[in-house]
Amino acid sequence: MYKLLLCWRYLRTRYIALVCIVSVMLGVATMIVVNSVMAGFTHEMQARMNGMLGDLILESRSMDGVPDAPSHLEKIREVAGDAIAGMSPTVHVPALMYIEINGQLITHQATLVGIDERTYSSVSQFGNYLQHPSNREQLVFELRDDGYDVYDHQVPDRSLLKPRKQMEHAGWVYRRHKAALKKHRQQQNPAPLQVADPPRRGGSTNQQNPFGNTASADGEQEGRDFDPATETHHGIVLGIGTCSYRGDDGMDHFIALPGDDVRVSFPKASLPPEAISDFYTVVDFYESKMSEYDGSFMFVPLRDLQKSRGMIDPETGIGKFTSIQIKLQPDADAEAVRDALRDVFPAQLYVVSTWRDKQGPLLAAVQMETAVLNVLLFMIIAVAGFGILAIFTMIVVEKTRDIGILKSLGASGYGVMGIFLSYGLALGIVGAGVGLALGLTFERYINEIADLLGRITGQPVFDPSVYYFYKIPTIVDPFTVTWICVGAVAIAVLASVLPARRAARLHPVKALRYE
Amino acid sequence: MSSLPVDISQTAPWIKPRLAQQPQPAVELLATRDLFKSYRKGPLGIPVLQGIDMTVGEGEFLAIVGQSGCGKSTLLHLLGTLDQPDAGEVHFEGHRIDNLPGRSRDLLRNRHFGMIFQFYHLLPELTTLENVLAPALISESTLGYFLRRRQHRRHAMELLELVGIADRAKHKPREMSGGEMQRAAIARALLAQPRVLLADEPTGNLDRSTGEQIMGMLRELNRKQKLTIVMVTHDPWIAEQADRVVRLVEGRIQKV
Repeated sequence: MYKLLLCWRYLRTRYIALVCIVSVMLGVATMIVVNSVMAGFTHEMQARMNGMLGDLILESRSMDGVPDAPSHLEKIREVAGDAIAGMSPTVHVPALMYIEINGQLITHQATLVGIDERTYSSVSQFGNYLQHPSNREQLVFELRDDGYDVYDHQVPDRSLLKPRKQMEHAGWVYRRHKAALKKHRQQQNPAPLQVADPPRRGGSTNQQNPFGNTASADGEQEGRDFDPATETHHGIVLGIGTCSYRGDDGMDHFIALPGDDVRVSFPKASLPPEAISDFYTVVDFYESKMSEYDGSFMFVPLRDLQKSRGMIDPETGIGKFTSIQIKLQPDADAEAVRDALRDVFPAQLYVVSTWRDKQGPLLAAVQMETAVLNVLLFMIIAVAGFGILAIFTMIVVEKTRDIGILKSLGASGYGVMGIFLSYGLALGIVGAGVGLALGLTFERYINEIADLLGRITGQPVFDPSVYYFYKIPTIVDPFTVTWICVGAVAIAVLASVLPARRAARLHPVKALRYE
Repeated sequence: MSSLPVDISQTAPWIKPRLAQQPQPAVELLATRDLFKSYRKGPLGIPVLQGIDMTVGEGEFLAIVGQSGCGKSTLLHLLGTLDQPDAGEVHFEGHRIDNLPGRSRDLLRNRHFGMIFQFYHLLPELTTLENVLAPALISESTLGYFLRRRQHRRHAMELLELVGIADRAKHKPREMSGGEMQRAAIARALLAQPRVLLADEPTGNLDRSTGEQIMGMLRELNRKQKLTIVMVTHDPWIAEQADRVVRLVEGRIQKV
């Protein structure tokens, strides 16, 4: 009983012990915050990757593809029918995209993906990442009248967003307006227009008409009767990063909009390879918020791409594909299905991988980073442990006479040891408890805190233009938090073992005489 | 503070049958046989006690006097099992106690020996009442203490009344005078109803009149409660008030 009473009194009267509590608290709070932010980033990243890649990917080793997707689908279904939730064949080909601004060509290298718009959204979250609400429901490679998102639909809180003013009129409205303006200019000044166009459409000064020559270029390509005011080329969905940049002000600036035409060049699937170049009309943007994907993918209808690349057998009409994206049932074991498919499809011709395999190095790097961070941060708590050791040794020296008194009153060595062990335990629990509360509060308001710090220092702590997240994502894993707290308490108790033993071994007479 | 208003034997009968209830005449309660003790200072052993043979009768008030450094405090510590002799034996109620295992000696100190010291030795973090309760706090488990805390507190309050500082129960030691602290220390020593009270210079740090009050209280306890008291002092005037005086000179008992 006296152990608890004395431990409690020491806790209340020794303010130096607060130093131990503070150090344990800071260690625990830091670990909780860092872990939850790391978990948040990892989760966000994995969700984006998985959303982009599907669960399982069957690829042909040849970039020119293998024929006959339906029979492959049939075969996959045969092998792992129960586990399959959806499948979609695609064609991937490296391509160059040209955007023309004021007669200047901007070239961008990206992967052109031919997708089957009916099935593709069943294997990935592709649909969710589009900018037109109707396309999100069912993608059609047709230009919409208008109604493209001005505010990013993936961020629930609009107050955080800067509107994308350029998107306001994107679509047919913009295309017709541009075509009319073009026609008007040509009538006024029949010579080819080479100077910069004046800013158009009222207030939006940063938007210039980048396609002074597009219509005439189109005309050369497709014949004189192509009228951009009423017609479009084949539709293409661009990764938002291929034609936009985020300014220092956090605003997104677009160099092409839905309604604009772009030129895409890619090799034919023939020997010798032959480059072909097609015009496409941008019908939507794709924004997964993984800049790696957003800046390097463009999507066109599968059938169109197969036709353009000559991947369709003229006799049978059977198309080639380069990969099949597979979505699994939620409870399916991706690795088991992958291994089953590997047995069936010869490795010389096919590669079967899960999305984790595909992103293995990146995921491993993140995991490694988390582990190293945890080790380093746990060192902080260990340092706090040494602080406890030092301060406790001091307190034991200070309390030497009291220990002698307790022993003269019949307290055993274990009892005296118990005082200091429970003292350490109490410090650990209080420190971990306060640290837990602090860490969780910090985690809860991390974005507000980041904003505030940004305002104070004038330097944004979390720059959305770097991360493509508008908020710092956090996930609190109860298991990790428990583990952190238990570890901190254990370290506090361990650190008090030495001083407690020293106290227990004090000779009562020497202790009583201690001045 | 000349009389004892409360008969302790009535207040806490659960602890131990009291000495006062045992009607035997004075018998040997504490005894030492040829006790040796030296302190080590580097390679040299400094002899402190050199063959002490001594008995303390039941109900006796014994004073041990001697100059500083003659080993009288060491002898008291050996009697109270706080220290162990290099040679010789200490007997309590006819049983040898100097070689008992640590746990048994802890129990002995907790239940049968009350100790008071020159510098009072109260715990500064605890109130007077809690200090008096300390032996009970030590002997009881947490649960046991909570179950019996009313009895313990009542008993402690009675002891505080007995020593005349019941109004100081909530005060911390540093808020009290030396005499009050020594009274609190006496109350603490009496809580467990000990068989013997070991007093190490109980008046050494007090002025004359306060010292006399404390001595009066010890005499009362000895006379009315038949409490055995072994007191160490260097002050002949204080020693005179005991039934018997043993003089220590250079670690040996000098016959008076």
